[in-house]
Amino acid sequence: MSLAPYVPILGLFALAAGFALFSVAAAPFVGPRRFNKAKLDAYECGIEPTPQPVGGGRFPVKFYLTAMLFIVFDIEIIFLYPWAVNFGMLGVFGFVEMVLFIVTVFVAFAYVWRRGGLDWD
Amino acid sequence: MNDKLQLPNLDYAALSPMLILFGVACIGVLVEGFVPRRIRHGVQLSLSLLGLVAALVMVIRQGSKDDVVTAQTAVAIDGPGLFLSAAIIVLGIVSLLLIGERSLETGGAFVAQAAVTANTDADRDQAARTTGATEVFPLTMFALAGMLLFCTANDLLVMFVALEVFSLPLYLLCALARRRRLLSQEAALKYFLLGSFASAFFLFGIALIYGYAGQVDFKAIDTAIQNSANDDILLYVGLAMLAIGLLFKAAAVPFHVWTPDVYQGAPTPVTALMAACTKVAAFGGLLRLVYVGFHRTEWELQQVLGTVAVITMLVGAILAVTQTDIKRLLAYSSIANAGYLLLGVLSVSERGLSSSMFYLVAYGFTVLAAFAVVTLVRDADGEATHLSRWAGLGRRSPLYASLFTFILLAFAGLPLTSGFTAKFGIFAAAIDAGQTWLVIAGVVSSAILAFPYLRVVVMMWLSEPGETTPAVSIPGAMTAAALVIGTVATLVLGVAPSVLIEATEHAGIFVSK
Repeated sequence: MSLAPYVPILGLFALAAGFALFSVAAAPFVGPRRFNKAKLDAYECGIEPTPQPVGGGRFPVKFYLTAMLFIVFDIEIIFLYPWAVNFGMLGVFGFVEMVLFIVTVFVAFAYVWRRGGLDWD
Repeated sequence: MNDKLQLPNLDYAALSPMLILFGVACIGVLVEGFVPRRIRHGVQLSLSLLGLVAALVMVIRQGSKDDVVTAQTAVAIDGPGLFLSAAIIVLGIVSLLLIGERSLETGGAFVAQAAVTANTDADRDQAARTTGATEVFPLTMFALAGMLLFCTANDLLVMFVALEVFSLPLYLLCALARRRRLLSQEAALKYFLLGSFASAFFLFGIALIYGYAGQVDFKAIDTAIQNSANDDILLYVGLAMLAIGLLFKAAAVPFHVWTPDVYQGAPTPVTALMAACTKVAAFGGLLRLVYVGFHRTEWELQQVLGTVAVITMLVGAILAVTQTDIKRLLAYSSIANAGYLLLGVLSVSERGLSSSMFYLVAYGFTVLAAFAVVTLVRDADGEATHLSRWAGLGRRSPLYASLFTFILLAFAGLPLTSGFTAKFGIFAAAIDAGQTWLVIAGVVSSAILAFPYLRVVVMMWLSEPGETTPAVSIPGAMTAAALVIGTVATLVLGVAPSVLIEATEHAGIFVSK
């Protein structure tokens, strides 16, 4: 088997490495130097890494619930896309199966709704 | 683009037991949302019991039909599969009686909100006053349905999905003990982390076996082992990884370290569920994997699994001697029993299969009765599981001490108990298969294991009751029923085992399509 088809990938590797090196090297010369507090922070997101927060940095457990809910609906969408693409081939059986799947997801949703998982406070 | 996809053939009658259980579990989740809290416990309990009975009826009806391989080749509803399903459902009903018990402690054995920080005022308050979470019922149903699927899965991918379906609810259930919350949370976290690790091994094993055979269903793997030109290394490394995943669930040494901690920390009814039903499911899956998919690698398997079986029996028995907590003692005893069951797996014969299935049922009933007694021996702070607290129990409550003595003698394998017939069957099958060295190790470890059991018996009857010996609580109707069913089954399977032995032999062999 010839490896020739992979040569362009090597080219891409070289290009990517070259671009990264060039950007890092050029930044101190061409970039403006205006430092402020926000500029020195960890990049725009996440928890402050220093100083170590007292008690290991606690945050409201409500975020955890939001993340769980996100996963429930995220997984549903992952299954819906390929189903939608192949809808014609799958026929009535595929439609019924997908309805059953969505019903079970909504069982979880109804549980969360009734037990107050959607209320922030 | 409009060609119809070929649809899988689904035999709904054959699949109905697990469909019923999954359906009941989903309805159970809705009940949590829409039924008022006051009557939720009663509704959930009756719903779950009805679902299990309906599933059992469907299993029995399917029993008179031919073997079916359905959903393409994904699920095999055959004699042993139906027998194991029926065993899981019956043992599940008995565990559910323990789980549903609320008269021993205000609000039952489960905590209301597991997220409350342990050892705070709020935690003590909810332990004393609130009623327990009723989510345990749908979780138990999901676990049981997953176990049914696990025992009948005919390819590795379905097996993996089933493994996750029954494991995830068990992780949660472990964290829900009403008292000793820290131990319970620790148990759940340990079980979850090690369990996910074992699942990862299992999944990697599937990938390697797929690389070797090009298929994931057992029949195709069997064909590939005969014909494949691929490197055998893939097969053996893959098989070893699959075995790690399954032996973890079965609690075999050296994958047993989670067992004592989890058995101790989990709420006792959940421990009973794990010791009885998970054992059946794990060995059901292992039996099918070895008997259908990998029986041509028998020679290699016997070297490795035989060694695992010997160290499992010996380590379980020896460490049981040193235990001071009754739940940990039963955990090590369960590890040693996993070793005996491995002898049945290794026999790779019809007799090995039927004696393993008999052993699983016999052990399940006895262990349920044992944990039923453990839930009864309690004081104001909950269950008194330290062995020193059991000293002199025979003087305080002769009835329950006698029952527990009988159960321990059954574990020790004395004649006229199911423990004897079960061990006899499995050792006989192993000798038939030429595994004499395993049987010798088994007999030696049984002798060692008799010591911790007899030590508890001696403590209960021959020590004076101390200041701290608790009185045994009067069981509620459901615990009493579980205790009676477990003890009577232990006695009947010891005195007249022929009915169940015939059933296991009638179940025949795993279908191989």
